[in-house]
Amino acid sequence: MGAFRCEDGLGFPRRPGPSRCRGAAEDRHAHEPRGATLSTVATILPLAASGEGNGFHAPSIAEFFPDAIWFAGTPFEINRIVMVRLLTAAVLVVVMVVAARRAKVVPSRGQNIIELGLDFVRVNIAEEILGHNAKRFVAMLTTIFFSILVFNLTGVVPLLNISSTALIGMPIVLAGWVYLMYLWSGVSKFGVGGYLKNSLFPPGLPWFLYILVTPIEALQVFLFRPATLALRLTANMISGHLILVLCFSATQFFLFEAGGALKAASVLSLGAGVAFTLFEVLVAALQAYIFTLLSAAYLNMAVEEEH
Amino acid sequence: MTGALLSAVLAAEPAEGTMNPLLPAPADLIWSVVVAVIIGLAFYRYVLPRFNEVLDERTAKIEGGMAKAEQAQAEAAAALAEYRQQLAEARAEAARIREDARGEGAQIVAEARSKASDDASRIVANAQRQVEAERTQAAVALRAEVGALATDLASKIIGESLADEARQSRVIDRFLDEIEASAAGKEA
Repeated sequence: MGAFRCEDGLGFPRRPGPSRCRGAAEDRHAHEPRGATLSTVATILPLAASGEGNGFHAPSIAEFFPDAIWFAGTPFEINRIVMVRLLTAAVLVVVMVVAARRAKVVPSRGQNIIELGLDFVRVNIAEEILGHNAKRFVAMLTTIFFSILVFNLTGVVPLLNISSTALIGMPIVLAGWVYLMYLWSGVSKFGVGGYLKNSLFPPGLPWFLYILVTPIEALQVFLFRPATLALRLTANMISGHLILVLCFSATQFFLFEAGGALKAASVLSLGAGVAFTLFEVLVAALQAYIFTLLSAAYLNMAVEEEH
Repeated sequence: MTGALLSAVLAAEPAEGTMNPLLPAPADLIWSVVVAVIIGLAFYRYVLPRFNEVLDERTAKIEGGMAKAEQAQAEAAAALAEYRQQLAEARAEAARIREDARGEGAQIVAEARSKASDDASRIVANAQRQVEAERTQAAVALRAEVGALATDLASKIIGESLADEARQSRVIDRFLDEIEASAAGKEA
């Protein structure tokens, strides 16, 4: 399962990853959607595969398709995960608005923490990647970073226990925003022709290489970049949730339903659950950072003067 | 093997044919857009401008504070320089006063010394004059007495009254002259 994650920390586009990191590789190309996401999880689920049904609840993809709570059957259907998403958004907006309202020149402790986040996005992401172009994209990158961070973190919040970014709608919307933004920024700066020339025809190559390079670049710019942004985030949150469900349902199974010596295994599985909960906190922050960092990188590729 | 495990996992959920986690449900997309718009509006319209305002204000305050501190430092440096200059002036003044005092003292001592020596010489001169006068007086008195005594003595010896004043004094003078001459002769 580590392999599924390991590539993600370094999962920049165009960088060839080690072949064992299948999850990330699939992420990039998205050719085999569900199978890839689950295959890695499945390899760690020999118990699930046995499917004996003596009380062990194997985590499955159905975790992410809970029953509707309200408006069932309409396009405004609200299930548990969407509820969590709305709740998280409300909390984020309220906290940030209250913090902004109370913001003072001499900051309080809470304000310091929020300013730390704002500063992190502005300095370590926007200005680092975009340089002098950073200013107009800071608001967007900040919004994306904070949103993804809190949406991811609900995966380890008791009672919520699900990241609403595990439903691919949210990553698609955010990646789509980034996608439209970098296309629009590039076109408004260089014109349609100039932008296409900049992005699709990297300078300094012999002409015949463009036959090879240009289609690849076109796929990158118009498909892979937004798709990998969304898929990387969702895949991480799905796998994180599945691992946590596995650990805790295994604990429950070992402790209450398995006999004899197997009960001792519950200590192991519970320990793994705690460890993975902490790991999920790291992944939540890391994925928010990576999403924002890559968005900044894509925006930079669109607007930077010399390629 | 992976395939077998995968199919086993999938088999656990019969209704899974319609469940693809990578295809967004319409409701998922709609609520995502709603949430993104709400968060975006809150951040763009209020949260970020407000924080930027506070941060700018803080920057201005810090810069103002630094300017003030620099000014205060410059003032302190100026005050220190002034103080040092005044101190140097005061020291020079003190040295000058000391020098003057020393000069004056020396002068006073010299004056006092010369005045004292004057006084001393004057006193000595007075004393000498007084001694001289007393000596003269004594000599005169002695001369008169010695004359009378000698005359009496001579009268008695020669039995002759030397009543005659003129003769008397002539005799006395001659007597004294002889004495003086003999004294001078002895001295010579």
